[in-house]
Amino acid sequence: MSEIISHSAVAPATPSAPIAQPSAQSALGRIGSYGLWIGLAAILLTAPLVFRSGTALTVMSLMGIMIIFALSYNMLLGQTGMLSFGHAVYFGLGAYFTIHAMNAVIDSKLAIPVVVMPLIGGVAGLVFAMLFGWVSTKRSGTAFSMISLGLAELVGSSSLILRSFFGGEEGVSTNRAKLLRIFDWNFGPQVQVYYLIAGWCLLCIVLMYALTRTPFGRMCNAVRDNAERTQFVGYNPRVVRYIAFSLAGLFAGIAGGLATINFELANAALFGATQSGNVLLATYIGGAGFFFGPILGAVLVTFLQNMLSDVTEVWQLYFGLMFIATVMYAPGGLAGLIMMHRPLWRAGAIAKLLPGYLLMIVPAALVAVGAILLIEMITHLSVKAAEGPVMKMAGITFNAAGVPAWSLCIGTLAAGVLIWRFASGVAARGWDDARAVAREKGLTV
Amino acid sequence: MTATTSAAPMSAATTDRTAVANAVPPALEIRGLKKNFGPAEIIRGVDLSVARGERHAVIGPNGAGKSTLFNLISGLIVPTSGDIRLHGESVNGKPAYQINRRGLSRSFQVTNIFANMSVWENVRCAVLWPRGGRYAFWRGVDNNADVAARTHQVLTEINLLSRKDIPAGVLTYAEQRALEIGITMAGGADVILLDEPTAGMSKAETERAVELIRRISEGRTLLIVEHDMSVVFGLADRISVLVYGEIIASGTPTEIRNSAKVKEAYLGEEAH
Repeated sequence: MSEIISHSAVAPATPSAPIAQPSAQSALGRIGSYGLWIGLAAILLTAPLVFRSGTALTVMSLMGIMIIFALSYNMLLGQTGMLSFGHAVYFGLGAYFTIHAMNAVIDSKLAIPVVVMPLIGGVAGLVFAMLFGWVSTKRSGTAFSMISLGLAELVGSSSLILRSFFGGEEGVSTNRAKLLRIFDWNFGPQVQVYYLIAGWCLLCIVLMYALTRTPFGRMCNAVRDNAERTQFVGYNPRVVRYIAFSLAGLFAGIAGGLATINFELANAALFGATQSGNVLLATYIGGAGFFFGPILGAVLVTFLQNMLSDVTEVWQLYFGLMFIATVMYAPGGLAGLIMMHRPLWRAGAIAKLLPGYLLMIVPAALVAVGAILLIEMITHLSVKAAEGPVMKMAGITFNAAGVPAWSLCIGTLAAGVLIWRFASGVAARGWDDARAVAREKGLTV
Repeated sequence: MTATTSAAPMSAATTDRTAVANAVPPALEIRGLKKNFGPAEIIRGVDLSVARGERHAVIGPNGAGKSTLFNLISGLIVPTSGDIRLHGESVNGKPAYQINRRGLSRSFQVTNIFANMSVWENVRCAVLWPRGGRYAFWRGVDNNADVAARTHQVLTEINLLSRKDIPAGVLTYAEQRALEIGITMAGGADVILLDEPTAGMSKAETERAVELIRRISEGRTLLIVEHDMSVVFGLADRISVLVYGEIIASGTPTEIRNSAKVKEAYLGEEAH
């Protein structure tokens, strides 16, 4: 757990000198944070105008869902220090309750638009998280993780037994366009669904951020850092964990509801182990220690999942490698890497890093090319043995069992590793210089 | 009354004196407290009474059970038998957070802070509950002027205001010890337990820490475990000597200093 939090945020918005200039400080802060939200809203609003293709709309819709889901997961992982292996349970149950509610609304011709339906998912997620969390949050650490895994298995297996509710293997389907129209929007076209998801996404991001700035949110961090000590400042860490777990279930349920509106389908895959793993991956790669980390992670992971799978058959392997690399070399995730540079940026020392970083591009590219070649050749020779040794990559046809291909592959890797050692030395010196400047200015310790 | 009398009558005498003087129950009263870990008896029948406003030190050789005694009083572990009363009300077997809410706060021998949070947030966490912050997830925390003012005040007192924005984990050792005391006192508890607050400090740091402890314990009840005898004798109104899970003597610093029994059991081996 300590690795997860080692790069964690010292709250981005610690109020400075509350006594000295309370009004000026908070007013400035307010404009600053409102600016951020307005910027985010503008991005969500204009994204479909920039990326117009059908694929882009679909992927962006999935990103919006994943952002909510990953942020809700991070309420547990990054904020409260709870590693859950079963967060998809609340996502999936939210999806199922939403789809049944939608079908009920369609059947009884109620005048309810699809826009509000994710609320049903949220309530379902909340209720089940309150129920299951009552058991699992009694423990922390490894025991909590194991209980979450057990509960996920329990719900997963019951989905195959309770067929009337879960719809067996084919799941439950719906038609989102049959609900009440709002003006002339029936939410049939993907772009309308995108805006529905984007609206909920923005709302959930704002709400989840606001939660971190409440007494409860601060105590989540305290429980994460040192649960024992919270007892001696008057808090029951179990209650903090329970509230965090319940609210995480609420937002996961909303995400699930949006997913079901997006797919017009709910099936057992929604709360499977893969889905629980996905959200863990996205959160961790994005960076659990900072609020915005899971947003980056959700965007990146969703993008790669949808794009990589078109390019290579073993995209999950690349995914796994990326996860391992993050855990080993950047435990703070993308957000951690970015925030590492913040004091250097503020000290105006970022230019000192450029030579080293630019130089690093060369070995990084060589290693990447070599590794990709290696993986793809092995895949071709083993998985597609029937097709023979000739394969095609990036428009070039070559013999995967031939000496030239392997020499190139190993040569590239070796050259990459060698240059890496030299370039990383330059980068490290640049880093030290920049840190020294920042330290002089009192921006880092 | 001499310091050589056994522990139990001495404690009883203390209780009587308190009752006469204040007509209120002692801040902290412990009766027949025992704690076994399996077959090992760590605390073997402790009786201790600390009057309101008193600075009371517990001394004893390593392994005497001082930290266990603190863990029992603060609710970290549950006693095997006996009773602990805070302001006359039994808190025996209550969870630590409930005992804390009733006005007892403690520090730890090994620094026990929120290492990844800023110094400011560390202190604020300790201020929240008593100022009505509770588990609220519908109210902002940064705009709470009352909480901010108290946090500011505590940071000023422990002299860490200039360090408020850095992660607590990167403070120097002495600063972390000061923060530990700050977290302990921030909530405004009227009974404070300090577990070896000056352990590992240099002489100059110790002096500053003692000054801080003296200041913050003003008007409160203090129970302190300490190995540094100059700290103990300089600070405490009364001293209890814990040896092998039993209090062998309890009295004023002078009484303890002159007690043959204490010298034999404890000070003798510590005399440099």
